[in-house]
Amino acid sequence: MGIVRRMTVSYALLGLLNEADRHGYDLKQSYDRRFGATRPLRFGQVYRTLAQLERDGLIAVAGVEPGAGPERKRYSITTDGVTDLERWLSEPEDPQPQLQTVLFTKVVVALLSGRSADVFLEEQRQRHLAVMRDLTRQRREASLRDGMLIDYQLFHIEADLRWIEHAAGRLDTLAEEIKL
Amino acid sequence: MTSLLSGHGLHKSFGPIPALRGVDLEVAAGEVLAVMGPSGSGKSTLLHCLAGILAPDAGEVTFDGRRIDKLLDGRRSRLRRTQFGFVFQFGQLVPELTLRENIALPLLLGGRGRRGSVAAAGEWIERLQLTDSADRLPGEVSGGQAQRVALARALIAGPRVVFADEPTGALDSVAADEVMELLVTTARAEGASVVVVTHEPRVAAFADRQLTVRDGRAVLPAVAP
Ligand SMILES: Nc1ncnc2c1ncn2[C@@H]1O[C@H](COP(=O)(O)OP(=O)(O)OP(=O)(O)O)[C@@H](O)[C@H]1O
Ligand SMILES: [Mg+2]
Repeated sequence: MGIVRRMTVSYALLGLLNEADRHGYDLKQSYDRRFGATRPLRFGQVYRTLAQLERDGLIAVAGVEPGAGPERKRYSITTDGVTDLERWLSEPEDPQPQLQTVLFTKVVVALLSGRSADVFLEEQRQRHLAVMRDLTRQRREASLRDGMLIDYQLFHIEADLRWIEHAAGRLDTLAEEIKL
Repeated sequence: MTSLLSGHGLHKSFGPIPALRGVDLEVAAGEVLAVMGPSGSGKSTLLHCLAGILAPDAGEVTFDGRRIDKLLDGRRSRLRRTQFGFVFQFGQLVPELTLRENIALPLLLGGRGRRGSVAAAGEWIERLQLTDSADRLPGEVSGGQAQRVALARALIAGPRVVFADEPTGALDSVAADEVMELLVTTARAEGASVVVVTHEPRVAAFADRQLTVRDGRAVLPAVAP
C-alpha cells in the first residue's frame, strides 16, 4: 500500500512540476490544494520524494536561492520525467482496493497539464470491464465460497466504473475548477 | 470472425433528434455482445434497428448474409418471429396466461399444435427452474421468475439471435445474476447469438465482448481489451 501511495504522490509532484518549476514548499502547498483534501503531505515526504525523483533523473534542480536548507532548491521536470509521467497517465491500472487515489490523481494531473483525461478514462474503463468479464467467467467454475469473494471484487470494480462514468461526464467543469 | 449480424453506418433520427449517428458493429454466430452506454445514448434505438423493429434512416443491417433493413413489413415481421427472440425489461408476458402458456405462445402463434407447444414449453420450464410456478399467472410470481419466463419464450422457437433490452433492469443483483447466467448458458447451448443492452457493468460482464455507445456513436477501445 505504501508503495502505491508513494508512487502516486511522485506522479502528482511530477504533474505539478510539469506545469511549472517549483520549490519544495510551493509543491507541498499546491499538492495539498489540488490532491490532498483528506491527506495533506508532510514536508519530510515531499523532500524524500523529490530526492528519489532527482536520483532517478526525472527532475533536476533548476536553481538554488541564497540561504540554507532544502527549501531553497527550485526543481524542474526533465524530458525523462515528462516521458515517465505520460507513460503513467496512459497505462490503465489494474483494479485494486485504494485505486481511487491513483485514478483521481491521474484525472487531476491530466487536466492540469492540458492532456486528455477522456482517453485515459475510456482506456481505464475498458481495462476494468475486461477484468470483470474474466472474474465473471471464473465465478462460473468457482465454489460458492470463492464465488462470494469474486462477487466482492466485482462490486468494487463496478463502483470504480461508476465513478469513472461519473467523472467522464464532468471533465469540462472539473478542468475549469482545477485551474483555479 | 464471420459475422451473423452486422450494422454499418447506421443513422436514425426522431424528428430533429439524432439517436444514432453512424454506428458500425458485428455480431458473430454464437457470440454474446453487450451494448453499454449512458441513458439516451441510443442503445435501444440501435437494438431496434438491428432487430428490424425500426428502419434506419441510413446504413445497412445484414443478417445471415442478407440485407434486412429494406425488407417489407410482412417479411420483416416474419424474420423477427422465426429468427429472433426478444426479452425486455418488463411488461411482456400476457397477464391472463399461465407461465407455461406464455412460454408456449411463440410456437402456438407459429402454427405448432397445442399439445406439441405445451410439451416443448414443459422442457423449458425445467431448464429455467420454473417447475413450481409453471401454472401460475405472471402477476403471481417474482420479477426474476417473470424474466426467466421471458427468456424461455424468447428461446423456444430456436432463434439465431436473442435481443435483450435491460433484461435485469427491474431486478436485484442476485436475481439479475441468475437471469444473466441462464440467458448466456441457454443461448450458448442453443447456438444463438445474444445482443444485450445494459448500463450495468456487472450484467455486461457476462458477455464475450462489450460495445459502448455515446451520443449515438460506438466508442471503440483504443487498445484491444
Ligand atoms: N420514439 C421516439 N421518439 C422520439 N425520440 C426518441 C424515440 N426513441 C428514442 N428517442 C430519442 O433518441 C435518443 C436515444 O434514445 P434511446 O432510447 O435509444 O436511448 P437509450 O440508450 O436506450 O437510453 P436508456 O438507457 O435511457 O434506455 C434519446 O434522445 C431519445 O429521447
Ligand atoms: Mg433504452
